[in-house]
Amino acid sequence: MKSRSLNRNARKNFLTYGLVIAAYAVLQTITVTGSISSSLKGMLVPICAYVVMAVSLNLTVGVLGELSLGHAGFMSVGAFTGVTAAMALQNAVPYPALRLLIGMVVGSIFAAIAGVLIGIPVLRLKGDYLAIVTLAFGEIIKSIVNNLYVGVDEHGLQLSLLTNKLALAEGGKIIINGPMGITTIEKLSTFTAGFLLVMLTLFIVFNLVNSRSGRAIMAIRDNRIAAESVGVNVVKYRLMAFVTSAALAGAAGTLFAMNYSTIIANKFDFNTSILVLVFVVLGGLGNMLGSIIAAAALTVLPEMLRSLQDYRMLIYAIILILVMIVTNNPLLRGYIDRLFGNLRRKKAPVQAQEGGDGHA
Amino acid sequence: MKHTARKMLTFVMALTLLVSLCSVFALADDGAFKVGGTGPLTGGAAIYGNAAMNGAQIAVDEINAEGGIQFELKYEDDSHDAEKAVNAYNALKDWGMQISLGSVTSAPANATSAENFADHIFALTPSASAPTVIDGKDNVFQMCFLDYPTQGGASAQYISSMGLAEKVGIIWKNDEDYSTGLRNSFVDKAAELDLEIVAESTFAAGNDTDFTVQLTEMQNAGADLVFLPMYYQPASLILSQAAAMGYEPKWFGVDGMDGILTMEGFDPALAEGVMLLTPFNADSDDPATVAFVEKYQQLYDEIPNQFAADAYDCIYAYKQALEAAEATPDMTAEELNDLMIEQFTTMTFDGLTGTGMTWDETGAVSKGAHGCVIENGAYVGLD
Repeated sequence: MKSRSLNRNARKNFLTYGLVIAAYAVLQTITVTGSISSSLKGMLVPICAYVVMAVSLNLTVGVLGELSLGHAGFMSVGAFTGVTAAMALQNAVPYPALRLLIGMVVGSIFAAIAGVLIGIPVLRLKGDYLAIVTLAFGEIIKSIVNNLYVGVDEHGLQLSLLTNKLALAEGGKIIINGPMGITTIEKLSTFTAGFLLVMLTLFIVFNLVNSRSGRAIMAIRDNRIAAESVGVNVVKYRLMAFVTSAALAGAAGTLFAMNYSTIIANKFDFNTSILVLVFVVLGGLGNMLGSIIAAAALTVLPEMLRSLQDYRMLIYAIILILVMIVTNNPLLRGYIDRLFGNLRRKKAPVQAQEGGDGHA
Repeated sequence: MKHTARKMLTFVMALTLLVSLCSVFALADDGAFKVGGTGPLTGGAAIYGNAAMNGAQIAVDEINAEGGIQFELKYEDDSHDAEKAVNAYNALKDWGMQISLGSVTSAPANATSAENFADHIFALTPSASAPTVIDGKDNVFQMCFLDYPTQGGASAQYISSMGLAEKVGIIWKNDEDYSTGLRNSFVDKAAELDLEIVAESTFAAGNDTDFTVQLTEMQNAGADLVFLPMYYQPASLILSQAAAMGYEPKWFGVDGMDGILTMEGFDPALAEGVMLLTPFNADSDDPATVAFVEKYQQLYDEIPNQFAADAYDCIYAYKQALEAAEATPDMTAEELNDLMIEQFTTMTFDGLTGTGMTWDETGAVSKGAHGCVIENGAYVGLD
């Protein structure tokens, strides 16, 4: 009887949770039994990080309806602040998992602060203007981190800009070294941590979208003037979606950075922002499951194409174009719909039995 | 909307199948050591990666033709990016890599060397010169002659002792580890030697196509020598834009400049008179170098740069070490790792890029540097 009260959205959300858990269970099983290839094993954490990036950007682009071209900037803020926190606490907190958690929390807090700072002036803009400002934001973050020097010693953290003026006491170590980035990261990220972050992200995003606030956000997306006229506080709700998205990207940044022994600011450039945007657009605006699948598939794809050697990136581009054409071609869509239609008809009686008295 | 994702999944799964069908499974004969390396085979630093791959391949072909020890070489593309380098490294591990050539450029090498250390797979990088690549890793060694803190200083020393210039200008890339490190050590050494630096100007990724501002600054300050601590791509633009505005100082480059002559679409005449420090002289009379240059030209239609020579030396150094240790190809990567550490810290190696090379326990090599000048489209030794 319970399933009857669930609406279409809720069913889809549970399907998303279920698929993520199933994927985790399958991958974890083959990892434990040792039959996983090193190549795939090395990509598990980056996939989780990109999935979180894609889902969080989908909140801005799909649900809020604003084009953001600087999502990698939040990832960068999260990566550098989170790793700095985790490294500074190396002696104070003995548990690696706890340090990773603290790193992620710190990373998301700083990314959220960056989100508020940029959001207050920027969210008063519309459309293209917002895209341009977020693009600039990503570049500014890159420039700042490239000129930032951070070290830690017994007196605490020390900062210096432009040139390395740090005077560290005996036993101190440099954490962020300007354009060299961070070179001595302790690799704390695990697939399980990545999975938990993906689940948390989905939980936050789904609950936000299905709440009163979420409906207000979508009302603003669909018609700002109408929403304002019924008393929806436009700035507040837009900021809410934008900052949530930034905070999640920050946590993803920490997760991503702590999977490698080194991270540089130039990694989080315009190309990375566009890559995440491609995941969102290919997966479907507002479609979280689509974002997850697109992020995972497009991260794995270039690696599967390694056997094609020099033609690898060429083929990758062709595949991207093909996917876009296929998912938008009415003829092919009709064909695929018929294919799935058959499957659905076969499934239908089973569902009816489960549902008991059936519903229209 | 609901089924878009499902459709995509089917499509991607179909592709996966197609690709796995297409991939050719190279069956290795049991008698060869599997050597793997990552490098930028595509993108902005591709000349380095391809040169290293070609150089190593020539050495492998020569050694295999002799009989005796056999090698199988595989290079994977990392596009000069740490994330992709780790992916490439993992792909090589799946292939069965026993000993590694690390990564060609510094930023990816920082990431892969940590993996090498964790997995106990021995690495000898041809050209990743950052000190952090070998720092704290007992099984990562370098073939390149100088890490950049000393290379910048050596350049200043060379300019000062040869009396090349009175007023020096520097253009550097301030968002790149390599360039910043070189500039800092150059400036420190210049202060020590009373070499006057009259102008400094910077650029960063994203605004590295128009250098008129930087060049005008150099010109106004009256710099008669401009130090260019950077990779060949921006350097090629600086040279052509300076020529267009009629500014003709002496140019002094670093090992990243090596490769500029073979860059597609670059007029080698613009690089006439550029000086740089390099461990490898393609015009040397040394018979081994002559043979290597000839073979490289025949196969790839280019004059080899130091990256090719470094990678060539890497393979021969491996040959010498494996023979001395009496290693066999059926050993695991971990067994070879211990043997190689033992050999490399004790052996002396003569190659194209230097004679009497030795390695200390940190993995750094000791060998000399030559000044080199570009004349008539070729590198010519200064001394």
